[in-house]
Amino acid sequence: MTHLISRLAQGALVLLATFTISFILVQMMPGDAVLIRFLNPEMGMTPEDIARIRVFYGSDSPIPVQYAQSLLAVLSGDFGYSVQSGVPVAQEIATNLPPTLLLAGLGLLTALGLAFMLAWGAVLGPFSALRRWIGSVPALMVSVPVFWVGITLIQLVSFKLGWVSVIAPGPWEKLVLPVLTLALPIAAPIAQILIRNIEDVSTRAFVPVARAKGLSRGAVLWGHVLRNAALPTLAIAGVLLGELIAGAVVTETVFGLNGLGRLAERSVRTQDIAVLQAIVLISAAGFVAISFLVDLVSLAIDPRLRSQRSLAA
Amino acid sequence: MSDPVLEIRNLSVSYAAPDGGRTQVLHDLSLSIGAGEVVTLVGESGSGKTTTAQSVIGLLAEGARIEGGSIRLLGQEVTALGDAALNGIRGRVVSLIPQDPGASLNPVRTIGGQVSEVLAAHGVPRALRRDRVIELLGRVGLSEPERRFDQYPHELSGGMKQRVLIAIAIALEPALIIADEPTSALDVTVQRRILDLIDDLRRKTGTAVLLVTHDLAVAADRADRIVVLKSGRVQEQGAVADVLRAPSSAYARQLLADAPAFATARVRPVPLGGNTAVRVEDLRVEFVQRGAKTFRAVDGLSFSVPRGTTHAIVGESGSGKTSAMRAIVGLARPTSGRIVIGGQEITSQRGEDLRQFRRQIQLVYQNPWGSLDPRQTVGQIIAEPLTNFEPMAKAEREARVRAILDRVALPPEVLARRPAALSGGQRQRVAIARALILKPQVVVLDEAASALDVTVQAQILRLLDDLQRDLGLTYLFVSHDLSVVRAIADTVTVLHKGQPVETGPVAQVFANPASEHTCALIDAIPGAKRAPTLQGA
Repeated sequence: MTHLISRLAQGALVLLATFTISFILVQMMPGDAVLIRFLNPEMGMTPEDIARIRVFYGSDSPIPVQYAQSLLAVLSGDFGYSVQSGVPVAQEIATNLPPTLLLAGLGLLTALGLAFMLAWGAVLGPFSALRRWIGSVPALMVSVPVFWVGITLIQLVSFKLGWVSVIAPGPWEKLVLPVLTLALPIAAPIAQILIRNIEDVSTRAFVPVARAKGLSRGAVLWGHVLRNAALPTLAIAGVLLGELIAGAVVTETVFGLNGLGRLAERSVRTQDIAVLQAIVLISAAGFVAISFLVDLVSLAIDPRLRSQRSLAA
Repeated sequence: MSDPVLEIRNLSVSYAAPDGGRTQVLHDLSLSIGAGEVVTLVGESGSGKTTTAQSVIGLLAEGARIEGGSIRLLGQEVTALGDAALNGIRGRVVSLIPQDPGASLNPVRTIGGQVSEVLAAHGVPRALRRDRVIELLGRVGLSEPERRFDQYPHELSGGMKQRVLIAIAIALEPALIIADEPTSALDVTVQRRILDLIDDLRRKTGTAVLLVTHDLAVAADRADRIVVLKSGRVQEQGAVADVLRAPSSAYARQLLADAPAFATARVRPVPLGGNTAVRVEDLRVEFVQRGAKTFRAVDGLSFSVPRGTTHAIVGESGSGKTSAMRAIVGLARPTSGRIVIGGQEITSQRGEDLRQFRRQIQLVYQNPWGSLDPRQTVGQIIAEPLTNFEPMAKAEREARVRAILDRVALPPEVLARRPAALSGGQRQRVAIARALILKPQVVVLDEAASALDVTVQAQILRLLDDLQRDLGLTYLFVSHDLSVVRAIADTVTVLHKGQPVETGPVAQVFANPASEHTCALIDAIPGAKRAPTLQGA
């Protein structure tokens, strides 16, 4: 219990640090969003007008004051206004976050499912040649870039085979390819680590003991090996899942989907600082949440962690 | 007479060799076990005894193949069976008590779950399983079986885990139990209780037992018949009494001579007028546990060791012998008491003084597999203390290393090898060479012979003896095994729960143990039942 609370506190610290660093980086950037947007000669604005706008956006006060102000604002849920669209950042996020969450969530489930199937096939497949072949698939998948996977998938599945329409897809149909694109490169390293760990655990002494009880190879793999192999895999999977967020930027652009990734790409292009900061914070929060979840699951799987914790409490 | 439970005829097994060929590890092995009989398979590591056990239960390691011969279990040929048919036999007709209880239970599943699994695999209905498991846990002598049901392996001691594994093995009252070195990872007293338990259960259920061991003394105590194995060939087999009284093969005679339990007490010349090399006075070591409780690991330990002799500290695990040893070599600071080595008080030393003091006292650690850096060559390992303490020219250092290597009877070729390419006995020689290169006065041997086969163990003990005589070394020998202590030590201190219960010359302690605990330890020495008759013979 204490452990979980301290992990939550650590998470909060990470978020504060993220906010601070992103704030400092923004201050170091030359120019600002106001200049980019309004110093365009076609807008015909006088320097006085621009100064007034700067006061409106609060970019004229001393830096520590700006820091305190924006921190307080963020804590109360106010991320300011997007300079580009004039809409509150909170509102931009609210419309763009759900599709990305859906994409990332489905990508995560698909990746885990794929990794698991690959590992199962590589360990229990019918012929040793087939097992070796399946075992080498992840290495191939790791070395292929995301955008290439996306483009190839569109070519193959939509244009050649005509299985999934890209022109006017249904709400779920349009997610199939992006989810696959996102999941494949993450599934590969997870599968590799899982296979390695299954092989490691299979050499431990309790495996022949379980076999000597009369359990089949599959039952031993499922009931004994997998839970032990899952522990180190989980830790790595937690880190890899952060890739989902980075992956979403490319995937959403390739497939023309709306979402946080597209928003991130747009706000970088236009130096829309307020939006960018909000996205950075949300990504960090995603990381923190995932590692917290990994912690919870590890505790559920490994009784040794639980008893260490209760001793420490 | 009815059919034997297990009948092995002309069994040959080979392993895939790294060069693509095959290495034969069992040659025409034949043996049979009748109902209720205990047969031990004795041999050093690499003799093929574990391979034999694995063949019987159909769990040969990957790359192993049965080349010929037959294995019949209750008249049924098992070498021809597929995996599914074997699953029906394993656990029900033949079961296994494994070697290392610490690693043989799945750490993330409950005790109850792991025992009921064997019932589930052979069709015992779910509703009956829990009660059966609790009854089994009680039968193997675990206290509070209901609580154990929901515990995890890490909450149990090594002896308790072995009891759980025995519960799994006897759950379906199989016709044959294979016990593969069931106690070599346990203390002697625990070993005795576990072997008694197996004996007792066997007598009640009439199960036959194939006991695999490297320890002839264990075999002597527990078996009806002995099969002696070397390099995959049966050297001899017969009734225990016959083999022990009149071994017909050279190898069995060798094994018998090496077993410390059968060794007659050595006559050691007591060094005359020797000054004291180690003196420990009222040593106390405490640990602060969570919640500010203090745990007293060692309480009031005192002894002194004359130069050139061996003092043994004996106790079960948890008796405080390791804590005492760590304080004496200066790895941990004692709470109170004095430790004087070569006339120097060490408890007050710190920093550079303490570092220089460590030259005088060197440690040989119990596990020769873990105490050598796998990435260093043997030459680097042995030279390392020299580079730390005595900067000298490379040629001189190499000469010193070669000289010490010769002392521990290793050929110069091993200098360039890494530990992985050495046998357990060779590794222990390297560890001894590393300890001796600084010419210390005192060498602390922490279970230095416990992880080795009897034959190798006897060789290492002889080496230690020679070195002591030639170099005038003083040994502090930490062990749980009284039979080894009897073979090497002059004086002994018995520790129990941190308290010294007895100190004195070895012969006296063995002849007239003053404390109950020492009696129990002496009693637990395997082979004790047979040893007197052997010596009389």
